[in-house]
Amino acid sequence: MAEKIRYWQALNRALDELLAADENVFILGEDVGLYGGSYRVTEGLYAKYGEWRVRDTPISEDSFTGLGVGAALMGLRPVVEIMTINFALLALDAIINLAAKVPFMAGGRLPMGLTIRTPGGVARQLAAQHSQRLEHTLMNVPGLRIVVPSTPQDAYWQLKQAVLSDEPVVVLEHELLYFHEGPLDPAAPPPPPHRAIVRRRGRDLTLVAYSKMALLAQEAAERLGEQGIEAEVVDLRSLSPIDWNTCAASVARTHRLLVVEEDCRFAGAGAEIAAGLTERCFTRLEAAPMRLAGLDIPTPYNGTLEARTIPQVDDIVAAARKLVKEGS
Amino acid sequence: MDRDRALALLHDMLLGRKFEERCAREYMNGNIAGFLHLYPGEEAVAVGVIHACEASDYIVSTYREHVHALVRGVPAGEVMAELFGKRTGCSRGMGGSMHLFDPERRFMGGYAIVGETYPVAIGLAYGIAMRNLPEAVICFFGDGAVNQGTFHESLNMAALWKLPVLFVCENNQYAIGTEVHRHSAVPEVYKRAAAYRIPTERVDGMDVLAVHKATEHALRQIRAGTGPWLLECLTYRFRGHSMADPGHYRPPVEVKAHQRIDPLELALRELSPIYPTPEQIAAAGPDAILKLRQYCSDQGHLPDEDFRQLEAQVDAEVEAAVRFALESPEPSLEDAWQALLANRRGETLL
Repeated sequence: MAEKIRYWQALNRALDELLAADENVFILGEDVGLYGGSYRVTEGLYAKYGEWRVRDTPISEDSFTGLGVGAALMGLRPVVEIMTINFALLALDAIINLAAKVPFMAGGRLPMGLTIRTPGGVARQLAAQHSQRLEHTLMNVPGLRIVVPSTPQDAYWQLKQAVLSDEPVVVLEHELLYFHEGPLDPAAPPPPPHRAIVRRRGRDLTLVAYSKMALLAQEAAERLGEQGIEAEVVDLRSLSPIDWNTCAASVARTHRLLVVEEDCRFAGAGAEIAAGLTERCFTRLEAAPMRLAGLDIPTPYNGTLEARTIPQVDDIVAAARKLVKEGS
Repeated sequence: MDRDRALALLHDMLLGRKFEERCAREYMNGNIAGFLHLYPGEEAVAVGVIHACEASDYIVSTYREHVHALVRGVPAGEVMAELFGKRTGCSRGMGGSMHLFDPERRFMGGYAIVGETYPVAIGLAYGIAMRNLPEAVICFFGDGAVNQGTFHESLNMAALWKLPVLFVCENNQYAIGTEVHRHSAVPEVYKRAAAYRIPTERVDGMDVLAVHKATEHALRQIRAGTGPWLLECLTYRFRGHSMADPGHYRPPVEVKAHQRIDPLELALRELSPIYPTPEQIAAAGPDAILKLRQYCSDQGHLPDEDFRQLEAQVDAEVEAAVRFALESPEPSLEDAWQALLANRRGETLL
């Protein structure tokens, strides 16, 4: 039975169940223990499982992420929380040079059951150093898998799947999603971890989005529906690998593609999504694919300006209307 | 030290020396490519430390790690085959000289980004401590690696949580071409351990018996649950940093102090891939192999005749390793994909 639950609570429940089920699972990161996690995700777990299973670390992102790599090499399943993706920049050696490459360089002879959880994106006036996205960088690294859950149900499913995988998985969360509420049915069978989901059916255009933008795209689609435009919304759920088949099947039906992302436009995730779908659907497209993305500018502190640097529901509606008009 | 142990050390030091000499030749022959960092001069460290370990201990090493792998028991053929990029290499031809792995022997890799060995080592040690096992982790690093942030981050965590790690500094006094006094405000590495209240010892890294003894002592403490140790081994590499480096930045007087040989011969050697003869090395004071040979001889463990026999045996081992590498097949692109996807284990992604 589904219950209403917040996104952080869904993650918390997944971690609790993982820790209870497998003693190889442990959590580490800044303030994940006694403090309960910056976004409450690890609340209560320290008291329940003790300091060796839920470890508060010093502020040493590269080394505690690398610690996760070392532990994964001996078959453990560390869940590293990096407080925000902005701090993950300090851990890129551990993520890219170690987690993604060591099993390969060892000829496939070592496991890497490492999960890295980290929130990113534009929150509320945190300024340029705390508002970044890093998906474009991580997507370009062979050997890493990246999931981007947008709902509590997906957060629960995809975190569990990530921790149980023997490959390194980055779970990109979003600071504004933690207190978002949605249904969770823990007993429901999960789809594969990287399968995209069609959240709304429509015949006029396809909106491809992920994470928080998937929610905005659904809101925009409802508004477009009131205006007589039926948008199909594909929530990617994963950025590596990308479920091309689900996306391409949708575009083949609607003949129009609008990619919505919060990431900066230039060389962002949307560039890969648009290019990949253009290659697959070129003859089915009735208009050039369109990207709606963050502006190529560091995020300003000023709230009004901040909002103008990333797509809003109004922007998605306007872009969709423009795209539908083109070529018709 | 008993005869068998002493002779085992000598065997591994000779193997390390001759294996590396042969690598230099095979590099010139075009059989080995990429970056190749050789170990001659530093053998006493790998041999002394690893011989004091248990088979259940983990070894994490740097990119100058061929000899560490050999001493750990990775077959010489598999190491040479890896350097040749062959499918039979210990990393299946995917890693090369700087990335030797052998999980079965708990040889957890060569790492080519300076300062990476610390976090990997404390991760393994964390797992050991979490499970309350009597094992330990050996973490090798050079003097050049102590100025990376990970050194301080990882030593702090190791000390904070009393992790079973032995940090072993192979202080060969150069970060590639920058001498230790030019790269470190505190050039004595062991002193830095004090900042994290990690017990430490500085040993003559050219003396394999001293290294072995210090390692045994440190590991006893570590296994007693007192937390990490740091061992600084003062050593010297006889060659440049890599095959691409003739090592001209080192003053001849310094090299002479370590090798006590004719500067003309030194110059000739720097220009030639041929390694000095045993006679030339015999003229050098601090060479660790000769020191140990002398020790074995003084103890009556090893008559000259037996030493020549040992040398011949090691020569044959190296020759066999090269033959194995030469005759081994190349890996296919399919093997590369297999190496990447091995951990997927039938998981359905989409």
